[in-house]
Amino acid sequence: MSWFKRSKEGITTATSDKKEVPEGLWVRCSNCKTLFTSDDLAHNNYVCDRCSHHERIGSEEYFQLIFDDGNYTEIAADLTSGDPLEFTDTKKYVDRVSATQKATGLKDAVRTAKGTIDGQKLVISAMDFQFIGGSMGSVMGEKIARGIDEAIKTNAAFMIISKSGGARMMEAGYSLMQMAKVSGKLGQLSEAKLPYISYLTDPTTGGVTASFAMLGDINIAEPGALIAFAGPRVVKETIGRDLPDGFQTSEFLLEHGFLDFIVDRTEIKQKLSLAVKMFMS
Amino acid sequence: MSTYLDFEEPLKSLEEQIAQTKELGESTNVDMSEQLAELEQVLQEKTKEVFSGLTPWQRVQLSRHPDRPYTLAYIDALTNGQFIELHGDRSVKDDKAMVGGFGMIDGKSVMLIGQQKGINTKMRQYRNFGMPNPEGYRKALRLMKLAEKFNKPIITFIDTPGAFPGLEAEERGQGEAIARNIYEMMRLKVPVICIIIGEGASGGALGIGVGDKVVMLENTWYSVISPESCSSILWRSWNFKETAADALKLTSTDMRKNGLVDEVIPEPSNGAHRNPEEMFQVVKAKIKDYISELEKQDPDKRVEDRIEKFCQMGVWK
Ligand SMILES: [Zn+2]
Repeated sequence: MSWFKRSKEGITTATSDKKEVPEGLWVRCSNCKTLFTSDDLAHNNYVCDRCSHHERIGSEEYFQLIFDDGNYTEIAADLTSGDPLEFTDTKKYVDRVSATQKATGLKDAVRTAKGTIDGQKLVISAMDFQFIGGSMGSVMGEKIARGIDEAIKTNAAFMIISKSGGARMMEAGYSLMQMAKVSGKLGQLSEAKLPYISYLTDPTTGGVTASFAMLGDINIAEPGALIAFAGPRVVKETIGRDLPDGFQTSEFLLEHGFLDFIVDRTEIKQKLSLAVKMFMS
Repeated sequence: MSTYLDFEEPLKSLEEQIAQTKELGESTNVDMSEQLAELEQVLQEKTKEVFSGLTPWQRVQLSRHPDRPYTLAYIDALTNGQFIELHGDRSVKDDKAMVGGFGMIDGKSVMLIGQQKGINTKMRQYRNFGMPNPEGYRKALRLMKLAEKFNKPIITFIDTPGAFPGLEAEERGQGEAIARNIYEMMRLKVPVICIIIGEGASGGALGIGVGDKVVMLENTWYSVISPESCSSILWRSWNFKETAADALKLTSTDMRKNGLVDEVIPEPSNGAHRNPEEMFQVVKAKIKDYISELEKQDPDKRVEDRIEKFCQMGVWK
């Protein structure tokens, strides 16, 4: 779901399509309704100049933003889902996956890559929300695990950029166990005394929050992101009344002690680079 | 009064017949042993029939059966009352949905922890229906660390419809509490045995569910979501819970087949809820076996194997 809409056609523009968007197209911030050219918006890393609203972006945009000169090498790029449970809801899981792959050009909901940040080695696993809601299945668990292995092997810092609705139901028990799998790998990273930075972006909920997203040596977030274990709708149903303003936002989590700091996307590279330096020098 | 699920109804009438026959024999002083033996035989066969063809949804219903023994019943039976319950997370409060403490099983000191459901209407409220808040997970972790310090094996009993999705739970970091437990349990230097005795719902279950042995009683379920919630999300209706229960492959049989749990512990032929004493004995024997097996291993190797086991879980191309 994109925060920005093409003002003319009024249809949603997926941000990872940015290279395909014709130059000079007008887009409107869904928060303050200011008009921008798509180029200007991309140039500002999809953060609204007027109100600082952070649009959801994908792994490619984060890699471009963080890695030096946008250069990176992807790890385990070709992994795709099996269908161990032969799962079918209103659609076959295999069909859902292949349709999503076709529509997004992505293999699954996470990509892992290695590169440098101001010359320092860094491995990042970044999620793509447009791939079945950034849901965590076996592929996500394995791609993150391989990223951690790579960080240990090359003595690099490790980062996960979370953007996920939680576990992928179509892999049921397998999805659940990815929480344990990644936590086990993070323990190995910790033994190797390498830093893990968890960057939480909108939205980070469910099983991702209840595992690795909350386990950073430092936990940081983009402003205004929804960060929750149980989603707001479920909490509202449970307590039977409206939720307080700002409930389950980054700012709320910072105030309650679960984040180290909030950082604007436009400043993430600078802050992250400094943090890596503090850990590794 | 016992509760009978719809598919258990044939057993109910037979059990009633047996009771009446016994009563008749006693009141009239007539020897009914032949009739009784015959009825018992029929009951046994019927039980076998009913329990051999259970659907996944019926297993889910059994896992929630109100007559099923809960964590404290297991602890009481296993330790023969030699149990010291320990309370509180040392930070916010004592969560009544999570219990734990040191217990003695045939002369061996162990740490026992589990979600606790209430045994009647009032207690169900008190126990928050077995749905812990962050304090419950933090209490559990405190006790696990205590066990590690004194080199005692840890046994957890999993029986929860989920971690509590309340406002305060979110405020106090339900996600962080579960995450921390999973992370720390993976690294505990003592043997960890996790037994799903009823419902194993998602992160709320996994929050005390990382161990060297993760085993399920026969009539339990363990998955990433309950069939009801899965139905409502994927089918956008509450009416597909049976279909969802099938699709999720959440039974003990399927979870074992997929290598997501280590073993299935068989229940008495009529279920743990009809014969808790037998269930306790079976569980006790299993726990003793697991402990002696795991204690032979080097602690570092045990942790390594534990991590490796979970790393193997997943299917991709
Ligand atoms: Zn704006």
